[in-house]
Amino acid sequence: MSVQSIAPEDSRSDGEPRINDFSLKFANVNGTGSASANNLILRAIFRMGVPVSGKNLFPSNIQGLPTWYEIRVSGKGHTSRSQRYDLMVAMNGQTYTEDIGQLAPGGYVLYDSTWPLPATLLRDDVNFLGVPLARLCGDAFSGPRERILMKNIAYAGAVSYLIGIDPQVLAELLEESYSGNQALRDSNQKALRLGYDYAEENLPAALPFRLEAGTGTAGKILIDGNTATALGCLYAGATVAAWYPITPATSVAENFHKLCERYRRRKVTLADGTVETRNDFVILQAEDELAALGMVIGASWAGARAFTSTSGPGISLMNELLGLAYYTEIPAVVINVQRTGPSTGMPTRVQQADLLECAYASHGDTKHILLLPADPRECFEFAVQAFDLAERFQTPVMMLSDLDIGMNDWAVDRFSWDDGYRPDRGRVLTDADIRKLGHFYRYGDEDSEFVTPRTIPGLSEHGAYFTRGSGHDRYGLYTEEADAYAQVVDRLAKKVEASAAHLPEPVIRMQDGATVGVITMGSCEGAVLEALEALSAEGTPLDYMRVRGFPFSASVRAFIDGHERCVVVEQNRDAQLRSLLILEAGVDGRRLGSILSYGGLPISAVQVIEGARREINQTGEQ
Amino acid sequence: MPSIKKPLIPLAAMPKNEIGLTIRDYEGSMSTLCAGCGHDSVTAAIVRALFELSVPPHKVVKMSGIGCSSKTTAYFDSAAHGFNSAHGRMAPIATGANAANRDALYVGISGDGDSLSIGAGHMVHAIRRNVHMIYVIENNGVYGLTKGQFSASADIGSAAKHGEANTVAPVDPVMLALSLGASFVARSFSGDKEQLVPILKAAAQHRGLALIDVISPCVQFNNHYGSTKSYRYVREHELREIDPDFIDTGREIVADLPRDGALMVAMHDGGLVRFRTLPAEYDPTDREAAMHYVNQAHARGEIPTGLLFVDESIPDVHELNHTSETPLVELPFDELCPGSAELEEFQQSFV
Ligand SMILES: Cc1ncc(C[n+]2csc(CCOP(=O)(O)OP(=O)(O)O)c2C)c(N)n1
Ligand code: SF4
Ligand SMILES: [Mg+2]
Repeated sequence: MSVQSIAPEDSRSDGEPRINDFSLKFANVNGTGSASANNLILRAIFRMGVPVSGKNLFPSNIQGLPTWYEIRVSGKGHTSRSQRYDLMVAMNGQTYTEDIGQLAPGGYVLYDSTWPLPATLLRDDVNFLGVPLARLCGDAFSGPRERILMKNIAYAGAVSYLIGIDPQVLAELLEESYSGNQALRDSNQKALRLGYDYAEENLPAALPFRLEAGTGTAGKILIDGNTATALGCLYAGATVAAWYPITPATSVAENFHKLCERYRRRKVTLADGTVETRNDFVILQAEDELAALGMVIGASWAGARAFTSTSGPGISLMNELLGLAYYTEIPAVVINVQRTGPSTGMPTRVQQADLLECAYASHGDTKHILLLPADPRECFEFAVQAFDLAERFQTPVMMLSDLDIGMNDWAVDRFSWDDGYRPDRGRVLTDADIRKLGHFYRYGDEDSEFVTPRTIPGLSEHGAYFTRGSGHDRYGLYTEEADAYAQVVDRLAKKVEASAAHLPEPVIRMQDGATVGVITMGSCEGAVLEALEALSAEGTPLDYMRVRGFPFSASVRAFIDGHERCVVVEQNRDAQLRSLLILEAGVDGRRLGSILSYGGLPISAVQVIEGARREINQTGEQ
Repeated sequence: MPSIKKPLIPLAAMPKNEIGLTIRDYEGSMSTLCAGCGHDSVTAAIVRALFELSVPPHKVVKMSGIGCSSKTTAYFDSAAHGFNSAHGRMAPIATGANAANRDALYVGISGDGDSLSIGAGHMVHAIRRNVHMIYVIENNGVYGLTKGQFSASADIGSAAKHGEANTVAPVDPVMLALSLGASFVARSFSGDKEQLVPILKAAAQHRGLALIDVISPCVQFNNHYGSTKSYRYVREHELREIDPDFIDTGREIVADLPRDGALMVAMHDGGLVRFRTLPAEYDPTDREAAMHYVNQAHARGEIPTGLLFVDESIPDVHELNHTSETPLVELPFDELCPGSAELEEFQQSFV
């Protein structure tokens, strides 16, 4: 694919370096320990107060295959992949040709000069910066493992020098990371210095791009979406989690476990005086995703806040029981960290291609509440909301995150928590309530939002009912009678529709003179906003709406109605969001264009700009 | 759904249990199964066991999958919540419910199709986790609800009602459970209430998952000559050698103690199991011995019934997890949410 780039943000051409506006790419071999080096650079830039984002482009492999890491430094806070790399750290001989070929003329390559680069790779329009990493580390460290690991830290040192990372910040970070392991801290410190000092003595003092410390990350944290999601589940009061390992969702459950070990343990003194630890949580690594959702349904039915986290293949397995939870009206929170499908697809690549499946998951007439976060902060907030919605509406709620949000570090505003928050447990009746009411109909007595009361098993003497996935009437009794059946399913449709008013409203940004609207969701946001800024600067202002929930609220429809034409940007082949808008917001498909990215790498602003130009020209021709 | 009209004034005073309830208080809605179906006898045994144990009816939680067998949960203890879920999925749903609230008596009912085919994986893992529940398989060798297909428990040579004999090796839940490390394994016969009731009572006081394989003939599709799951065949081949008696907690145990040294096993919740009959050298607390005995009996074409194996020393899912004694569902939100100050603190490692 030929990649066109957008102009740098900082377009000074007087020989002054570009400040806080450049991209680095690291070409590594999977399993060699490069992740900690790359992460160190990312955190150091962030710590210097410069907005930065990092994206891990990794293979479905444990060791040996090529893997890349991209760091975008953007004083303006742009986070999408830039595709214009200023410095390539080429650590993988297998991919030299490809990596060096990707650089724009004038770019820089940092390589291990222990061995000479083959002449065939040398381009005369890019600058080669050799650091004899293997030799330096070979001399300084003993043992093959340490030598390999420390090569990474050594290149981090060289890069730090080149782009102007404050060595004090690096030292501070190492201190924090290895506070419990002095030996490791020392060898990291040493490797870092090796690279830094070598670069200082041998490489050019000034590159045409540099860091300058600032305050751009004040009030922000650097966090991945899966940690944020787990934190949301913890704060929402979830006590039961059930899951089956799958990339890219695994770290949701793993982080939840870590958080529970930190915040959900209590010491109890037993009768014999011994002190033991007790857990206020149960985490079940299920036998499969079907079981994982079954466990969540069982736990939610029994009154706990419970969730499962998975990705596309797991959602496919969960289809059966999503229908059960929908029809029997049991809350269930499902986190779907989307990856590239169909089937196993590309497990370590991103897509937003589960939208339609999740909206209508399971056989029969079903429709589910969806939450569509765009970054880790929203993962935290929406995870909490997911439980409130699931319990209020007694139905499954799926939060559709994705691999890019879930596994990459994002600089986002610090999370805040309102200590006045109380979970919305929905309509749960106690013994006393039932005595007062004089009766209890599980699927009758609906409130203004078509929600009926439920009771919790095993807790109270009154209010037992029989939950069945088979046909039931408003009393919960078995039925095969058309009207009695319809009465329940008609209410379900209205209930899910009523939830729209409680979902996060779309984010809308209007610009003067815009006639075309751009609609998107989730992790496309960064690329779309950056593109809109560039297009606006070119004289093409466009309005913006990011949808954050399904069923769609009235404002989604109003935005579309307010534009001659809208273009939907999303990361799947089949324009699923566009389809859902046509189906569920009653939009005429002829008024909706489409910009699609589905190759598995996070969408870039360039793709959006090119797509928007094409779509807008089309509007002009009509 | 029809329900039994209970007479307002009982004709004769019915016996009451320790909490002042009669057996009626443990009944459910009227069965819609075929007359003579083995499953209804299992229901009756469960009603009796719950009554005799004086379980508060609302402290029972009834879980099942889908099948004629799984309908059973509707026919006992209507004061308890019940969940007739999806085909084969009873085990994970019960596991989740039990995770949320450890303070209830979980009675899971399944069928041989439900547990040995579509839900086999789930059953296996519920046994591994030792989920604290009674797990009854109402085993008739066929799919009753879908009208008579062979199930995975059909024996080789057992004939379908109008067709061929089964040629594929059966899954035996007893041997499977024993090999998985199950902590309580029993087999019984729906026609044998005298044996089934004490087994159910022992199961209710067991520490973890109590698997009870109940041969429960399907009069509609698998009760003919040639079927090894028919009333007649089971009566002729049953080997009733490991019969337990259940002695309830609080009863005067000493008086009941056998003089002949018969085996007694103390259950987790305080009851005692006394083995009434036991073949020489059979030790129901020895897994190897149990497997050997069951295998030998099968080889002779016999169906050994009774409480075949019990081990009260294996921790259940909550003990393994060190879960708080208070059911999770009863923990107040304030104790679950770390609050804003902790959130600030936590985020310090992300700057
Ligand atoms: C996913 C799914 N597949 C198939 C069915 C159809 N089905 C209902 S009950 C049943 C078999 C029941 O057999 P068993 O568990 O032995 O119960 P029985 O009726 O014999 O008591 C089948 C296949 C279903 N309900 N769900
Ligand atoms: S079909 Fe068989 S299993 Fe089902 S109710 Fe009738 S006799 Fe019982
Ligand atoms: Mg059956």
